[in-house]
Order: sequence, then C-alpha cells, then structure tokens
Amino acid sequence: MTKALSKTFLIRHPSTLWVLASLGLFTLIVSVLSEAAGTGLISTSFVKTLGKTLCLCLIAIAMDVVWGYCGILSLGHFAFFGIGGYAIGMWLMYARTEAIVAQNLSANLIPPTDSEISDAIATQIFGVVGASEFPAIWAFSHSLTLQLLMVLLVPGLLALVFGWLAFRSRVTGVYLSILTQAMTLALALYLFQNDSGLRGNNGLSGLQNIPGFEATSQAVISLAFFWASALALALGYLLFAWVTAGKMGSVIRAIRDDEARVRFLGYQVESYKLFVFTLTAVVSGIAGALYYPQAGIINPAEIAPIASIYLAVWVAIGGRGKLYGAIIGAVFVSLLSSYFTGGSAPDINLGFYVIKWTDWWLVLLGLSFVAVTLLFPGGIASLFDKLARKQ
Amino acid sequence: MSTLLEMSGVSVSFDGFKAINNLSFQIGEPEMRAIIGPNGAGKTTFMDIITGKTRPDEGRVIFGEKSMSLLGMSESQIARAGVGRKFQKPTVFEAQTVRENFALALKNPRSPFDVLLHRKTPAGADRIEALAEQVGLSDQLPRMAGELSHGQKQWLEIGMLLAQDPRLLLVDEPAAGMTPAEREKTTDILVAAAQKHAVVVVEHDMEFVRRLNCKVTVLNEGSVLAEGSLDHVTNNPDVIDVYLGR
Repeated sequence: MTKALSKTFLIRHPSTLWVLASLGLFTLIVSVLSEAAGTGLISTSFVKTLGKTLCLCLIAIAMDVVWGYCGILSLGHFAFFGIGGYAIGMWLMYARTEAIVAQNLSANLIPPTDSEISDAIATQIFGVVGASEFPAIWAFSHSLTLQLLMVLLVPGLLALVFGWLAFRSRVTGVYLSILTQAMTLALALYLFQNDSGLRGNNGLSGLQNIPGFEATSQAVISLAFFWASALALALGYLLFAWVTAGKMGSVIRAIRDDEARVRFLGYQVESYKLFVFTLTAVVSGIAGALYYPQAGIINPAEIAPIASIYLAVWVAIGGRGKLYGAIIGAVFVSLLSSYFTGGSAPDINLGFYVIKWTDWWLVLLGLSFVAVTLLFPGGIASLFDKLARKQ
Repeated sequence: MSTLLEMSGVSVSFDGFKAINNLSFQIGEPEMRAIIGPNGAGKTTFMDIITGKTRPDEGRVIFGEKSMSLLGMSESQIARAGVGRKFQKPTVFEAQTVRENFALALKNPRSPFDVLLHRKTPAGADRIEALAEQVGLSDQLPRMAGELSHGQKQWLEIGMLLAQDPRLLLVDEPAAGMTPAEREKTTDILVAAAQKHAVVVVEHDMEFVRRLNCKVTVLNEGSVLAEGSLDHVTNNPDVIDVYLGR
C-alpha cells in the first residue's frame, strides 16, 4: 500500500524523482572518487565541503517551505540549525573528553571515583571559560540517544513557543521577520557569554572526532557523514514534497497569498503557520546536527543574524516556491562563496585598484541578489522551467 | 422558520465615528433578506461584525439553535460554525487552479492534521464538477484562477461560497459588474440557496433587489431605518428622505 502510494506520488511529481535520482548519482560519483574508496580524486576536505553543502540544501528546502510556500519570511532559521549543531556537539565533546580523561587517570594507582572523573571532564571542557563544573544544560550530554532527542526537541519547542506567541498576535510580514532576527540575535549574544554553559565564543570544537571511531580515518568518517547528509536531504525532500503537494500545499500557498481570506473559509491560519514553522525548525535542527561534525567546530558566530539572511538569499536566487530551486540556490551560492572566499579565485588587477575577491565577494553576492529579485523573480529555477516548457 | 442569527444593541465606533449604532437585526432559516442603504450606512461593517473581522464595542450576536455568541469567536471558528461570506471585490486564490479553489472551500474537516492526510475522493470531485456546472465554470477547472475574467472570478467566488455549504450566506454586492443575463442567474442561485438557508444580500441595485422578492432592511448611519417589503420601505418618507430622494 505505502509502496504503491509512494510510487504514484513520485510519478505525479516528476521533479521529485529527478532530484532524488540526481542526488543518488551524485552520491555514487563522490563515493567512488573519494579517498575512502582509494581513488582519492576528491580530497577528504572536499568531501566534507560537499557533505556540508548537502546539509545547507536541507535547511534551504526547509526555508523554502516556510517562506516560498507559506509566506513566512523567517530570518531566524539558522538559530535552529545552530541549536541542532550544539546539541550533537555536546555529546561529541563529552564522550571524547571522557575517553581522554579515562586514559589519563588510568595511570593513577588509586582508581578515580566517579566524581573525580566528572570533575576532570568538566575542567577539561570548561577550563577555557574559567569554569570547572557542568552547567545544568549538560545533564544529558553523556547519552547519545538523549542528545539526539535534543536535536529534535529543542528547535521544535523553541519554534513552537516563538511561533505560538508571534502568530497568535497576528504578527506578519516584515514585523515577523524582524522578530525572528531578534530571536537569533538574542540566542547568539547569549551563547557568546562565557557563563552560557556552552563555552562562550570558543564554542564546541573537535567535533570531527567521533567517539568510538578513533581508529577510523577521517576519509571514511567524512564519507559516512556525506552519505548520512545525502540520505537526510533525500528524506527531507520527500517529506516537504509530500507536505507541499495536495491539499496541505494548497492551503499553505493560499495563506501566503491571502491569509484573511483563508480564515473566512474556516481554516485556522495560526495552526497551519505553527505547523509549518515548527516542522521546518526541526528539519533545520537535523541539518545542523549533520553539518557541524563535518565542520568540526561550532561557535555562536554561526547563528548570527547574517547567516539566516544568507539563507533567504540562497532561496531567492535559486527560486522561491520550488523545492529544487532552494537546492540550486544553496549549492550554487555556497560553492561559489567557498571558491571566492577560499583565496583560490585570482585577484583582478585594474592597474589603479586590485579587486580581491575575499573582500568583493559580498558585493558580488549582494548585486546578484538585487539582479535576480528584479530581473528573474522566479530565480534560477525559473530558467529550468522555461527550458522544460520549450521542449 | 426559526431564528438563525440575532443581533441586538450592537454598536461599534472607529476613532469616535459610530459606524454601527445600537443595531438590532434578525434573520431566520430559511430566509432571504436584502440590505440596502447609502454609502457609509454601515453595511460592510455589519458583515465584518458577523464574520468576526470587527469586534463590536457593545451588544450581542447570537447564532444557531444553541444560541452561541459569535463575539468571542475567531473568523475561522465563525466560518466553521456555518457563516459564509462573499466579498464585494472578488478574492480568489489567483496562483491556484479553479479546481483547487473549489477544493479549498469544499466542506471538509479543516484542521491541519485532517488536511495533511486528506485524500481526494470521487464524491468530492463530483461535488466540484456540480458546483462548477452550476456557476458556469465547467470548462475552466484546470485553469489558473488568476487568468479568469472579472465576471468569472465573481462566479468562482459564489461557487466557493456554495461549496462551504454555510447556513448563513453573506453576499456583498453580487451583481456588481455583471451583465443582465448574469444577474438573472445570480438571482436564481441566491433564491435557490434561500430555500434551505439564510441569505443576506447587500446590494445597491434596486432592480436586483426587486427580483430577489424578499424582505428588505434599510440601514442608515449604522442603524435600521426601516424594514419590510421593498414597496413598503420605498414608500417610507424617512427612506425617501435619506436615500432614494437624493
């Protein structure tokens, strides 16, 4: 039954089939060419970049559902992404430090007590911010299962409470965008403090070292995370394609276009917005939890308001209201961004002035954002649609 | 005929201007009622109060057999309780097909969970076909609603109102911008709806009101000036004075 259902779903939505097939092919090619497979044509660090890009694609489609489909211009979804990263980072740091501490203390003649071990771990982790005790929010950090649950629950609950307060008061449009910016800014500022319990501006680091897999090379770990990211993106895409198809899609697009009218048809608009906002926040949290072990480090600067604005820029450039548009935007802009800011782009010498791309990339991005919004409101995806229509 | 909606002593003011002033009104089910009145008489505000868009400063609005008060309810709750509204300016979802517009309005469970798990049924498809037929949009079902002409959008909106199967239909200037033949058809649809339900029609066009052949309520300065048959109210000296005489 479910199989027949998903089959017809994919046939009725050929773009979903195309995206999933391309993603599968891409995963296969990267796997074959990776260092883990022995060929090594793609370096481990580039596999990580690609894996991270897949995570960015996942949060981009979430952003597209909340903004492109439901019309809520959230400029705070990177907060949920960061929370997901912190939640998994806490377990990674705890478990790894625990292993190191156990090794160090094993040389002692008298076996250490539990509290000595705990204190040693805390000193190791929080010494950098001058603390030596576990804050309350680390209560579950010893358990992978519980921290994985936090990856889902904390972004979900934050979105639920924030959304409930904002939507119930009928805050819409630019005012809502400002509120979401305030939310992510407040969170970033809080995390910057040393006594936030999450190591202040140092953030959490060493996240690329997976406890229990010390003997496994980074080449293999990076490929495993790449696969996990590809799987998460595929499942996320299917989920959002299903949510935005059919009647739910019809209702949320109607809310985007005229929410007052939807109310007079008897739909409780606030519940729908809350559903979309919370669901996309949870998916963003999952994307973050997969991203930061590949990045190796997370700090509060990651959830600064600008990150969420970038997210909106990707979706706008890629094409709002189409899931594959968000993927195109995220891939195109983030890879271009790492090219220009990575120092590999050649400087342009104008004689009187040298254009250094590391400085000028943001100007280029800003200009292309303006150009796309003015000239192609449908984004890059609309060019694909034009080609498809010509055939 | 039992009373479906009863408003009593309702007042609302905007920045000191009394848009509705101690208004009392009732309508039974089934019943057809026309509301006329000069510009600024409070006709649209009257509909806004019933549908929950505007909260009155005082008064009561009671709906249905269980006498539930509409005042504490949200727009969507009132709509689900059985109040449907057609706006003066056609407001359909232009980026969606005519069929999707009908499907959105169709009487079905409205919670996000129900909608998420909603499956298209042959019964629903038949209902949409029948409604489209009724308002003359059978050929237009796969088209984008934004591509329709102004008149067709009016029809779509009327069709969507019928699709909700409300007990009380509030219809704001249905005949605006319609040809005489279309007006006749609109009249037929509204009269048919009034066989079972309560229909309130706000209209400027006296010919249209005459064809509805129903009780007329004249509003002026936010309260009821006269009520009765069209001939009765048009012969009322007060009505002639404020409205028809000008």
